Amino acid sequence: MSSILNKLIAVVGEDYASNRQEELFTYSKDLGTAPPQWPEYVVAPKTDKEIQKIVLLANEEKVPIVPLGGGMTLAGLALPLKGGIIIDLKRLDKIIEVNPESRYMVVEAGISNGKVTAHLHNHYPRLMHSEPGAPPAATIGGNLAIHGQGDLAHPYGFNSDMVNGMEVILPTGEMIQLGSCAVGSGWYSMQPLPDLKFFSGWNGTTGIITKVSLKLFPNKKFRDNDLFVVENEELVPEILYELTHLGMTEDLISSSAAIPPLMNKLHHISINIAGDYEEEIEFKRHMVFDVALSKFIRSGTGGIGNLAGEWPRPQVSKSSDWKKGGGFEYVGAIIPVSLYPECYRQGARISEQHDIPYTILGRVIGCSHAMMFSWSYAFNRADEETVKHARQALHETDDLVMNLNGTIWKPAVYGQRLMMDRMNKNTLELMGKIKTLLDPNGIMNPGNWEVNR
Amino acid sequence: MYTLKFHEDMCAACETHDCLVKCQHMNIDLDTAKIQMENIIKNRDSFVLHDCVTCYACEEYCPNGNHPFYLIVTRQEEHKLFPLPDPIITRGIQVGIPFRGDPDITEMSGPVLNMGVFSSLTRRVKSRLFEGLPIMSEDPRKMFHYFCQLMYLHYGKTSVINDRLEKTIQTIAAHKATEIIHFHDECYGTYTSYASAFGIDVPFKSIHLFEYLYNRLLELKDEIKPLNYTVAYQRPCSSRLSSDKHAYVSKIFDLIGVTEGKRKYVDENAMCCGSTIFSQKKEGSRKYCDNIQKLNIDDMKNANAQICVFNCPACMETIGKAVGKAGIMPLFMSDLCRLAIGEKIK
Repeated sequence: MSSILNKLIAVVGEDYASNRQEELFTYSKDLGTAPPQWPEYVVAPKTDKEIQKIVLLANEEKVPIVPLGGGMTLAGLALPLKGGIIIDLKRLDKIIEVNPESRYMVVEAGISNGKVTAHLHNHYPRLMHSEPGAPPAATIGGNLAIHGQGDLAHPYGFNSDMVNGMEVILPTGEMIQLGSCAVGSGWYSMQPLPDLKFFSGWNGTTGIITKVSLKLFPNKKFRDNDLFVVENEELVPEILYELTHLGMTEDLISSSAAIPPLMNKLHHISINIAGDYEEEIEFKRHMVFDVALSKFIRSGTGGIGNLAGEWPRPQVSKSSDWKKGGGFEYVGAIIPVSLYPECYRQGARISEQHDIPYTILGRVIGCSHAMMFSWSYAFNRADEETVKHARQALHETDDLVMNLNGTIWKPAVYGQRLMMDRMNKNTLELMGKIKTLLDPNGIMNPGNWEVNR
Repeated sequence: MYTLKFHEDMCAACETHDCLVKCQHMNIDLDTAKIQMENIIKNRDSFVLHDCVTCYACEEYCPNGNHPFYLIVTRQEEHKLFPLPDPIITRGIQVGIPFRGDPDITEMSGPVLNMGVFSSLTRRVKSRLFEGLPIMSEDPRKMFHYFCQLMYLHYGKTSVINDRLEKTIQTIAAHKATEIIHFHDECYGTYTSYASAFGIDVPFKSIHLFEYLYNRLLELKDEIKPLNYTVAYQRPCSSRLSSDKHAYVSKIFDLIGVTEGKRKYVDENAMCCGSTIFSQKKEGSRKYCDNIQKLNIDDMKNANAQICVFNCPACMETIGKAVGKAGIMPLFMSDLCRLAIGEKIK
C-alpha cells in the first residue's frame, strides 16, 4: 500500500480513503462531455481538521488536490486534470445553526441543497434558501465555488451574494473566516470588513470552503408558477424589464426548445409569484398580467400560457433524452438581458449545425441587471460521434459568448482560456499573484484557471 | 378541404335565435341576434366574432341543429379574429404534433376504449367497469396520434382540425375496431358531430362514455351500493356537441344513489370551466374567467355538493384544485362509478 494512502487512512480511517480502481473510476468522470480524468486517491473527510491535515499532506508530497461537492457542474471542473487526490466533501453535511430572527443558517459546505431545503421545510417553514438550478444533490460549497444562482435570483442576485460569512481552508492549510464571524460576532453579515472574497468563481483553486452562513428569505405559504408565452424573441427583454420594474415576482426564467414541439420557436417566461394569502397572490397576478403585461396580451403578441397549474419549472436536464443515451452539457454565460434574442438565435443555429434539438434558457439575475443564459446540447453517451458534436457545439458556444461580449459562467478549461486571453492583463496578473500567494505549491485543482500557464 | 354544411335558410327562418339570445357571455336580444347572425352568415363583421368566448353552448341552444358555433369559429378564422393571442395559438397547434415515433397499430376486435390524449389517466380505467375492453392510446409518448383536434375550436382554427383529423381517424380505424368508446367526450363530439358537420367520413361507430358506463352499471347492478352523496356535475364545453347523451348523467346518478344538488348553473345553463377564457386577448378576460369560476363553485357550494363530478380532464385541471379548496371533492364520473361498485380509488 502506498505511503500516501496510509497517511490518508491515518487521517480519515480506512473506510474513507481509497485508491481502488472501482472507486477511482466513479470520480474519474462527470456527467458532461469531458473525457475521464483519473485521480490517484480519493478521500472523504468528516471534519475541517481532517481537511487541514490532508491539505498539509498534499503540500508535503506535492500532490494535487481537487475539492469535490456534488460533482454536478457538467463542465469537468472537479475532475482531477493532473491526477492527485480528490477530496469528496459530502460528509461535511452538518447544520450548525439556524437563526430565524436574523434569517441565516450556518452549515458545513458539503451539505446538499436538498438537505437544507428539507430541514427548513420541516423545522422552519417560513424560511427558505435559494436552491440553485441544479439537482438537490448539488452542495452549498460547490455552488458557491462556481458563483451559482437559482431561486430568488431576480430579487437577490447570485447565490454568492446570499452569503453572510464563510470559513475556508487555504491551500497552505490555514483556516480563515470571512465576514462578521471573523471577529467573533456571529454569522450575520459579510460586511463591513475589508473584502477578501477570493473563493467564489475560482472553482476550488484558491481554497476549500468548509462552512457557510447562508442568507434565508421569507418562504411564503402559496407559490404560483405562471407562464407567459411570446413568439417574438425580441419582446423577451422588454417583458422582463416590465416584470423586474414591478418587482413582485420571485423568479423569472425564459426558455425555448425544439422539443417538445409546443415549445419550439416560442419563449416561455416562467413567472413565480408567492404570497401568504390568496388575496396577496391575486393582487400580484393582477399587477403582472392585467397591468404590466396587458399591452402584450391585448395586441396578441403575448399570452398567458398557464396560471397556477402543474406546469413544471424549466428542466433542461430533460433535453438529455432527445438524443437517447442520457447525455447533455451546457454552456452558461452571464449576459445583459438585452442579448437574449441574439443568444437564442445563435444557439438555435449552432444546434442545427450539429443536429441537436436546441434548448436554451435565461434566468434573470437581480433587477434585470444580468441574465444567466444557457445553451444545452444533448448527446448519446454510447455514441462517440454525438459526443464529439456536443463538444464542438460547446466550444463554438464559448466562442459565441466571447463574440457577443458575454462572460462565460463556470467555464470549462477551453472557456477559461478564452476568457483569460480576453482579460485585462493587469487583472489577469493579479489573479496570478493571488493564486501564487495562496497556493505556492500549485496543488489546488491544477489545470483550472491556469493563469500562469 | 372540408367545409361546414350550414343551412342559411334554416337560420334565417329561425324565430328564436336561441344560439345568441341564450348566450351566457354576451347580452343579446332577439332583434340584435337576428342582425348579428345575418352578418355572420353573410361573412360580414359582427361583434359576436370579437366577443365569443368559445364555450360551445350555442351549438346546443340551436333548436335546428344547425351548427352556429362551428360557423362562428370558422368566421373568426376567416376574419382573423382569433380569440387568443398568437403565441398561445402557435403553442396550442404545436402541442398536437406527435414527436415520439409512430403508434403501434394492433388489431382490436369488439368494443375498444380510446383514451385519446389522456393516456396518463389509463390507471383510472383499470377497473371492473372497463373489464375486457382493449385500450387504444395507452402510451403517452404516442397519444397525439389519437388527438381528436377539437380543442382548436377554442382557437378559432377549424383549418387545423380539418387538416389533421383525417389522419387521426385513419390511425384509429387502423386498429380495425368497429365500436369505440371515447374516454373524453370531446372525442365523441368530434366523430359524431364535427365530422358530420364538415363532411368528414368516420369509418367506426362511436359510443359515449356515459352511455357505456350506464349500461355497464346495469350489468353490475347487484353490486352497486348507493353512495348517498350530494353531487354537482361540471358539464364540459364539448358535451354541448352531444346533448342527446346528457341525460345519462342523471341516469347514472340515479343508479348509483347520488343526488344532484339544486343548482343555477346546470344542464343547458351549465357554466364552462374557463380553461381557455383566462388567456383570451379581450381586455379583462383573466378576471372574467376568475369570476365565472367563482360563480360556478359558489353555486356548487350553495347546492351543498359534497362531490364535483367531472367528465373532462381539462375541466378537472382547470378548476379541480379550486373545487377542492372549496371543500368539494373533485372526482371523475368513472371514479364515482367505481366507488359505487365498491372499488377503492387512489
